[in-house]
Amino acid sequence: MATRRVRFTFEGNAVREPVIYLLGHEFEVVTNIRMAAVEQDFGWVVLELEGDADEIERGLVWVAEKGVRIDPVSGDVVEG
Amino acid sequence: MTNATHLACRECSREFPLDPINVCDFCFGPLEVQYDRGAIQARVTRERIEAGPRSIWRYKDMLPVDDDYIVDLNVGCTPLLRADNLARQLGMRELWIKNDTCNPSWSFKDRVVAVASSRARQLGFETLACASTGNLANAVSAHAARAGMRAVVFIPHDLEPGKVLGSAIYHPTIVAVNGSYDDVNRLCSELADNRHWAFVNINVRPYYSEGSRTLAFEVAEQLGWRAPRQCVAPMASGSLFTKIHKGFEELQSYGLIEESEVRMVGAQATGCSPIATAWQNGTTNIRPVKPDTIAKSLAIGNPADGYYALKTMAATDGGAASVSDAEVVEGIQMLAEAEGVFAETAGGVTIAGLRQALQREILDPEESTVVFITGGGLKTTDAVEPHVTRPIPVEGTLQSFEDAFAAAGQS
Repeated sequence: MATRRVRFTFEGNAVREPVIYLLGHEFEVVTNIRMAAVEQDFGWVVLELEGDADEIERGLVWVAEKGVRIDPVSGDVVEG
Repeated sequence: MTNATHLACRECSREFPLDPINVCDFCFGPLEVQYDRGAIQARVTRERIEAGPRSIWRYKDMLPVDDDYIVDLNVGCTPLLRADNLARQLGMRELWIKNDTCNPSWSFKDRVVAVASSRARQLGFETLACASTGNLANAVSAHAARAGMRAVVFIPHDLEPGKVLGSAIYHPTIVAVNGSYDDVNRLCSELADNRHWAFVNINVRPYYSEGSRTLAFEVAEQLGWRAPRQCVAPMASGSLFTKIHKGFEELQSYGLIEESEVRMVGAQATGCSPIATAWQNGTTNIRPVKPDTIAKSLAIGNPADGYYALKTMAATDGGAASVSDAEVVEGIQMLAEAEGVFAETAGGVTIAGLRQALQREILDPEESTVVFITGGGLKTTDAVEPHVTRPIPVEGTLQSFEDAFAAAGQS
């Protein structure tokens, strides 16, 4: 069993889609929200994902295809 | 013996031991080093600091490292130059330049990496790692060499060879990741969990970011133990910006300088300005961006400390500037021509940001102001190469010189 901590950023129509619900429904992944802020056309959610590593990876590919940006919880790592 | 006592979550205040961790297990908020403030207050005086080494380690009582583990490349104590020429151009009364291009690997990253590498040694790490397109990789490679540690540096596969050289000379292991910046971000975040490596800005980030406070400590000392009324600093992750302010606050709390407000103004390039944009939109929710600017050293699209930078601006009656790439080049030229300091693109952002903040009356031209120049110009020569003075070609005769000199409008 693996865990991944990620930050999802939603913009535009993605804000209205139940992406996190569907991630848990369509994949064998447990989603655990820790922090979030949602405005009318923008939002972010910090969450932990738990499941088989490959299943989490497949789930994240699906989330990205929904137009959701996925980042590490600590922000960008690559610095100048 | 360090006066650091524990880590605490900046969101929920939960406490953790001084381990290689950067995120609160409970709320995933960032962790920050906490100190025995009473011990520091009892021990630290201006005289004690002034008697210390001419480096950031004169402030070791306020840094999270024990003496035996210090990796010393003589970082810090960089010049604070009174910039009267530039002040005159901008209509300012008192302007100072903190010239951090004078560090061992020519950028302020030496400060943060000095602290991170020292703490990493104390934590028993033998490998120092980072993901970087330039300055950070240079500093990590140099400090690892000095400490006798292994360095592993991750770069995007398409990074220009010139940018790699400044790290490669120290003989680190360089890994070129075939993918986007996002792929490098993700890979390194996963590696930080899986390898017993000190990733300076991931698992040892709480210690790393403490190094930025030394900029404030030095400025206050160099001004004769006082804080400036205004500061302008570049923003990438936002960490440097917030820690400079925190440094001044700490000195005040220890009675080393008098109480005063320091207005903090942050500068970003328009092509990567998630923090400045959030400030202008009046929100603390930062929208990540895909960077597109010549100011590569500030190109962080999803800034870890952006929220805290916004809070610092709000708390200090400060603000943010965002400047075009053309203004960045102008800023580099202004600083070089007026004061003889050659900055990289981040310095151009800062100078152009200073000018914009004055024009928009965010800054008061009558108040003492310090601008932070964080990296040397030889790192980003491509940005200014098309804009600099060209040689006047002459033959080796007096007549040829006189003719060509006059033709060029010189006398």
